[in-house]
Amino acid sequence: MSKQSRTEMEELDPRVRVNNFAEVAQGYTPEQAVKEAKRCLQCADPKCMEGCPVQIDIPDFIELIAEEKFDAAAEKIKEKNNLPAICGRVCPQEDQCELKCVLESTGEPIAIGRLERFAANYGEDEVTKPVQDKGKVAVVGAGPAGLTAAADLAKMGYKVTVFESFHEAGGVLKYGIPEFRLPKEVVQEEIDQIKKLGVEIQLNKVVGKIKSVDELMEQEGYQAVFVGTGAGLPKFLGLEGENLNGVYSANEFLTRVNLMKAYKFPEYKTPVYVGNKVAVIGGGNVAMDAARTALRLGAEESMIVYRRSREQMPAREEEIEHAEEEGIQFQLLRNPTKILGNEDGFVTGLECIKMELGEPDDSGRRRPIAIEGSEFEMDADMVIMAIGQNPNPILLDDSPEIETTDWGTIKTDEVGQTTKEGVFAGGDIVTGAATVIEAMGAGKDAAEAIDEYIQSKDDN
Amino acid sequence: MYEIVEKNKLAPEIFHFEVKAPEIAAKAQAGHFLILRAVEKAERIPLTIADYDREQGTIDIVVQEVGYSSQQICDFEEGEAFLDVVAPLGNPIETEDYDRVICVAGGLGAAPLYPKVKSLVDHGAEVTTILGAQRAEKLIWEDRFADLSEDLYIATDDGSRGTEGFVTNVLEELLSEDNDYDAVIAIGPMIMMQAVSDLTAEYDLKTIVSLNTLMVDGTGMCGGCRVTVGEETKFACVDGPAFDGHEVDFEEQRRRKKFYEEHEEEIEEHHVGGEGCRVQAK
Ligand SMILES: Cc1cc2nc3c(=O)[nH]c(=O)nc-3n(C[C@H](O)[C@H](O)[C@H](O)COP(=O)(O)OP(=O)(O)OC[C@H]3O[C@@H](n4cnc5c(N)ncnc54)[C@H](O)[C@@H]3O)c2cc1C
Ligand SMILES: Cc1cc2nc3c(=O)[nH]c(=O)nc-3n(C[C@H](O)[C@H](O)[C@H](O)COP(=O)(O)OP(=O)(O)OC[C@H]3O[C@@H](n4cnc5c(N)ncnc54)[C@H](O)[C@@H]3O)c2cc1C
Ligand code: SF4
Ligand code: SF4
Ligand code: FES
Repeated sequence: MSKQSRTEMEELDPRVRVNNFAEVAQGYTPEQAVKEAKRCLQCADPKCMEGCPVQIDIPDFIELIAEEKFDAAAEKIKEKNNLPAICGRVCPQEDQCELKCVLESTGEPIAIGRLERFAANYGEDEVTKPVQDKGKVAVVGAGPAGLTAAADLAKMGYKVTVFESFHEAGGVLKYGIPEFRLPKEVVQEEIDQIKKLGVEIQLNKVVGKIKSVDELMEQEGYQAVFVGTGAGLPKFLGLEGENLNGVYSANEFLTRVNLMKAYKFPEYKTPVYVGNKVAVIGGGNVAMDAARTALRLGAEESMIVYRRSREQMPAREEEIEHAEEEGIQFQLLRNPTKILGNEDGFVTGLECIKMELGEPDDSGRRRPIAIEGSEFEMDADMVIMAIGQNPNPILLDDSPEIETTDWGTIKTDEVGQTTKEGVFAGGDIVTGAATVIEAMGAGKDAAEAIDEYIQSKDDN
Repeated sequence: MYEIVEKNKLAPEIFHFEVKAPEIAAKAQAGHFLILRAVEKAERIPLTIADYDREQGTIDIVVQEVGYSSQQICDFEEGEAFLDVVAPLGNPIETEDYDRVICVAGGLGAAPLYPKVKSLVDHGAEVTTILGAQRAEKLIWEDRFADLSEDLYIATDDGSRGTEGFVTNVLEELLSEDNDYDAVIAIGPMIMMQAVSDLTAEYDLKTIVSLNTLMVDGTGMCGGCRVTVGEETKFACVDGPAFDGHEVDFEEQRRRKKFYEEHEEEIEEHHVGGEGCRVQAK
């Protein structure tokens, strides 16, 4: 059976999808899911599980799909993962569970992510709220890390309140990752499930401004605080011309389009500027998302400007392929040196320098080196900076006892305990910009550590 | 939801709202602002917390109708409620170490200036206020400033009240007679804050301005509020909104504010023409 190849998943035609925000990957039908599930070898020592940061019981849920017990498969996943519809879509499976699958060597690992996404459509909608009498915990930030910690703590019997600075919960899942990759309805449904567990989400609350961590613990009676505030601070390159009109951070561009729904302007009132020729600086998922979004908003040309080569791009392979299919151009081994503008202050182009690859650096990737004197200009009337994000400092500026590293991330031990007693942290605020599932894994570990911490205190 | 407990018209196109928000009132300080989203499909609009009452649990905002979103806010009535308010944002302004200060407001700038004057006076400073407006009926809160200020000067563009001309004319006159002040605080249109800063630079007099950049989140996440201050890029929402007026690149700010001009027209057309919703087409 293992000789069978992976079951393909339908995708929208690139020529059609560049004109809308509909989800590109269509998901498995029940027949396709069962077919794929039957390929799984049900290994006695399932390597796939080692690759999953939240330790989903992969062979068991796949077997349930093979037996057409879809509801049970969903329940199985939800024992470990509160957000299966999201992970099934955006997890970098090729680097995690699917990389470890024994069939990986054949080039046809089990499509674990697609199966997970399929199963997420099933299962009980009715969640029973657990008895919550073990104490009160506050969670700061309603991204994947915070939501996971909150859900797990609620299941363990804690009364959990999440404080979120935006007017919607979800973090990057709502404001960053575009609709065509992760429909916001899917995200909201999963958040609603978490609310049914008894988790209270207070929106429009910036911790560090409206209240401090100390106030939460000392005045409002929270026995522990989990900080999952993410890496929301956009980086810029410090180039001449970076403040011209038409230069966006990817965060701003994507927030306007996703969270504020500028793609439905003027029905929704937040505007977004889109050029005819858009240059996105960077090579990660964020850059792909920005370039593909610009194309959907009507840009005639949308290109990725990246200083290394294609092999070294940090974006998921699937995203790069989708971008290529849609007609995104790749300007590789190019690094911007200046942004050019006109007298009204709008962008007109980019000055770039050509790069070549030298010796591998700390990350193991070959270091890009500028080729002296190779500067050239190219036209662009919009530039999006997608060169990474730094940790969000608002809460930390207000709580100096929580120590940070030189990169501004929070220092924690392996279970998420920070240098301040009773305060735990996880997700991008600890690791720097990483992945949804790692943030969830950190939220899970911290939930357990918080339980242990509170119980040990209660015992004394 | 954030209920409007009182609404007053202060001047043509300028409204004052008192909004129930006890948690925010408890934390608000002079210099803080909020971001308001009136209804589901609205923009997030930054507005200064113009006053607050911790006991009543209310905060005050003063809004001028300049475009679609501010008009939408001004259409709200007592008893109705705004969907989202996030605050306090930005940094409170330093008001402790001053003895003599000149506070200058242009137009609507009087509202954001008010809490600063109040805080300065609370901390023992002697404040001279200059209020400017296009014409007399556009002046706001003159009585409140009269109560707090050592001296109050008025300037209108058409001379319908006070000195005819700009606030800078009055300021120049004051400074040429006596420039023994610790600082000038100026709030109003960019062009006015720039003119004040240029003038005070000649007297080497510390000048604080409060920038009303475009904003989205107000928490440092988007960079849309970028402003060059002393050759460095700052984010007005988390590094400001108050900055040293002698260091701000006002030209850049004026250009940045024109970014969405075409879109503003499109919103107006959409609503006036009643064409229904068109997906953003370029
Ligand atoms: C455009 C984009 C595409 C991506 N694509 C992928 C992908 O395909 N696959 C993948 O695995 N990962 C992807 N990532 C990365 C992934 O989204 C993040 O690693 C993950 O969301 C981190 O989760 P988090 O909970 O730590 O933080 P976030 O998701 O950033 O959530 C933090 C939350 O905290 C809130 N907050 C911040 N400060 C405060 C405060 N002081 N008080 C209250 N609330 C606060 C924020 O508003 C936010 O809602 C992508 C990221 C981006 C930006
Ligand atoms: C920290 C801060 C505090 C503020 N406090 C107040 C306040 O207390 N009361 C108040 O009425 N407004 C205040 N503003 C300005 C207010 O946010 C804008 O007037 C509002 O966003 C305009 O939205 P609109 O859709 O109605 O107008 P638009 O349709 O966006 O614009 C209409 C016209 O106003 C100009 N404009 C756009 N944005 C701004 C802006 N941010 N400031 C000034 N002019 C602008 C445009 O260039 C255009 O000419 C503040 C802004 C900031 C950043
Ligand atoms: S959560 Fe992610 S890593 Fe874990 S099984 Fe699902 S797709 Fe794989
Ligand atoms: S390693 Fe691959 S084949 Fe083995 S149980 Fe896991 S998914 Fe199935
Ligand atoms: S408003 Fe987004 S960073 Fe200031």
